[in-house]
Amino acid sequence: MEDTGRTHDERRAGRWTSVLIMFTLVAGVLSFVWSARSYWLLPLASAQGASIDELFDIILVLTAIAFVAVHLFIGIALWRFPARQGAKAAHWHEHLGAELTWTVVPAIGIIILGIAGEVVWAKVYSAPPANAEQVDVVGRQFEWQFRYPGPDGRFGRSAPRFVTSGNPFGMDPSDPENKQNVVTINDLHLVVNRPVLLHITSIDVIHSLSLPNFRMKQDAVPGRVVDIWFTPNKEGAYQIVCAQLCGVGHYTMRGNITVQSQSAFDQWLQSQIK
Amino acid sequence: MDAVAVRQPEMAHEPHPRESFIRHYIFSIDHKMIGKQYFLTTMFMALVGGAMAMLMRAHLGWPDNGVLSPEQYLQAVTMHGTIMIFFFLTVMLTGGLGNLLIPLMIGARDMAFPFLNMISYWTFVPGVITILLSYFVPGGPAGNGWTAYAPLSAVPAAEGGAGLGQTLWIIAILFVVISSLFGSLNFLTTVINLRTRGMSMGRLPLTIWGAFVTAVLALLSFPVLMAALGLLLLDRLAGTSFFEASNLIIGGAASTHQGGDALLWQHLFWFFGHPEVYILILTPMGVVSDIISTFSRKPIFGYKAMVLSLAAIGFLSFLVWGHHMFVSGMHPLLGAAFMGSTIIIAIPSAIKTFNWCTTLWHGRIHFTTAMLFAIGFVSVFVTGGLSGIFLAIAPVDLYLHDTYFIVAHFHFVMASASLFAILAGTYYWFPKFFGRMMNETLGKIHFALTFLGIYGTFYPMHFIGLHSNDRRLYETTAYPFLSHTGPVDVFVSLSAFLLGFAQLFFIANFLWSLKYGPVAGDNPWHANGLEWTTTTPPPHGNWEGALPAVYRWPYDYSVPGARDDYVPQTVQAIPLVAAAGAGGGEA
Repeated sequence: MEDTGRTHDERRAGRWTSVLIMFTLVAGVLSFVWSARSYWLLPLASAQGASIDELFDIILVLTAIAFVAVHLFIGIALWRFPARQGAKAAHWHEHLGAELTWTVVPAIGIIILGIAGEVVWAKVYSAPPANAEQVDVVGRQFEWQFRYPGPDGRFGRSAPRFVTSGNPFGMDPSDPENKQNVVTINDLHLVVNRPVLLHITSIDVIHSLSLPNFRMKQDAVPGRVVDIWFTPNKEGAYQIVCAQLCGVGHYTMRGNITVQSQSAFDQWLQSQIK
Repeated sequence: MDAVAVRQPEMAHEPHPRESFIRHYIFSIDHKMIGKQYFLTTMFMALVGGAMAMLMRAHLGWPDNGVLSPEQYLQAVTMHGTIMIFFFLTVMLTGGLGNLLIPLMIGARDMAFPFLNMISYWTFVPGVITILLSYFVPGGPAGNGWTAYAPLSAVPAAEGGAGLGQTLWIIAILFVVISSLFGSLNFLTTVINLRTRGMSMGRLPLTIWGAFVTAVLALLSFPVLMAALGLLLLDRLAGTSFFEASNLIIGGAASTHQGGDALLWQHLFWFFGHPEVYILILTPMGVVSDIISTFSRKPIFGYKAMVLSLAAIGFLSFLVWGHHMFVSGMHPLLGAAFMGSTIIIAIPSAIKTFNWCTTLWHGRIHFTTAMLFAIGFVSVFVTGGLSGIFLAIAPVDLYLHDTYFIVAHFHFVMASASLFAILAGTYYWFPKFFGRMMNETLGKIHFALTFLGIYGTFYPMHFIGLHSNDRRLYETTAYPFLSHTGPVDVFVSLSAFLLGFAQLFFIANFLWSLKYGPVAGDNPWHANGLEWTTTTPPPHGNWEGALPAVYRWPYDYSVPGARDDYVPQTVQAIPLVAAAGAGGGEA
């Protein structure tokens, strides 16, 4: 099936394909470098997030090496081994040493990554410190509501049977303590360098409380209260994204976060009590 | 078929047995005709799913133009995913390629249960009709994502919960599930029982190994989806509360549901959903292995490792569903366990990649369009596989979950890879089934544009995903940190249009070649598989006379000292250089 013209065609096709693969390699790497300046992880604002970002960087380096290596290998192979007149391919098809190497080496890499991942995971989901600020969070179509304990640090009584459209937290109206609780819509205030413990739920469909600057995300599930905690460590204004499709208005379900000093927070909380 | 006869492209075309039009083209029980029916139906559905993607990108690139309303956008998102996964990739790979190839590649006259095979196709068709009908009901089609998370999908009062469209969605997928169950039973029985003499499991082409493991996964995972869909249907229509907790306020009113659990849906759905991802990739892995070996003129490297890694991936696929649920509210210890099982899948995947690469090395590569798509498959599979590592490490997934990063990930590793293998397989086996060659020039243009279109569309999604641009957002104006992502969206949309445009070359090539392509010989690629030893196109019953016997594996390319650079599986004694002209005999 080979003749000279065919050989020439295959060599040319091989070079073009090789160029295409190499172009992918170069563009793939360069565009990531460009992206690192324009579109990268949002500015970090939590203590826990630092180890997540480190993990991200390690994975990025390892996967970049693998991406380059595989594409380089394919690109060279396509350039070097087009069909040629009269030449036969090699016939080898097993090599225990090579196969063991490329089983064991990625396995070791992936296991080390996995252990590092488990360590960070365990840290993120460790028990919250006792002094954490506590906030109840309810997701509903299409807003976030937050409930803060009063200045004495206590939540009033609440129960599912009190839940109505106007009272998503189910606060017991007969409990005077609830008068001291503060409820806000789409407005989460946190104290800088003080751990915060969020009790998250939903009263209709599943939402997801995504806090990208704090490297946290937690679905708000109807019928369940899920706790997460973290320590914001940079004052400023941030956004909450709803990360789970929750209906037509999903894209409007934004919340705001203010991370402020303890005194500013106390002042704000006081101003919210009716 | 001996090697000499193969070189006579004008072999007599055996007439088909006389059948009525309806028995032959509509209610056929011939696996080749059923395979073609599946192939064309799913190709049509791919066009519908592709049109949804074009609409989405037309909106996302220029959100101010009002191409779609928020509701229509979510419907386009949902129908794109649903149609591409359930009505194109899954069924194309099993009903289409599986039907066309399994009997021919193992040396069987037909499927084990030809009548069940026909029923399987005709169970799929009502599903297609139902999902298409859902466009025309009040409220339009389902818009809750292809994952249809309850309670949004279960309670019509939930805003955007859709009405009849969501119910029809459930019914349509139930049809597909039942059809797939018929198919996978048939495929398993056929591969186990109907292999011809000498075709041991250790000599099966990797395409068949892929289809075989796929059938096992389908048989074990689709019933779980079927149960989940049944429960969801009951929640919608009969007022049960499998997925809804007590005391919910939905659409401003107190819900009457009580005692259910929203996470139950996710566990059931993903217990099916993760094996499903491998249903979409194992057959492609096999197809690509075979094509790379054929056109490198070199045996596939590490056949045993390839088979074992297919099986390992298949097995592991049942242990990793929880990685879709790292942030769902399930216990963090479960997250830790699922992280462990998930990263292990990287190992067999890496083995396969290295084996494909090594097969190229010291090959004599023929750059046919089929081969180009197979090479492209390796590239997109690697790119998508690597981004999967970020997502498998659960703490990093906390940040990336539900952003465009994962959209990029699964479109590379699952959607594009699967599509590339389907296209590679189509260019490769088209001559066998339609008797003519496809045009190589059009094919190469199609490949180059598709390859660039895929990377242009999905690669930049990594960047906006890293910038925490969430998926399924109608527009991002609510979020100041996303105010400058517009140029990326425009680039992605333009690339997507290029990708869509490139498929016109394929359609034109396909249709033109059906009628005007050069007549193909029995074995135009000089390949070793059994399917190339029968006439083109194969007759009813697949082989004239006795079924062929198999004497070797399908990867004897470039055997040292052999006269030709290929030795079909039916050849007993390899014709040597010195014996040129003597010809090999079919035993």
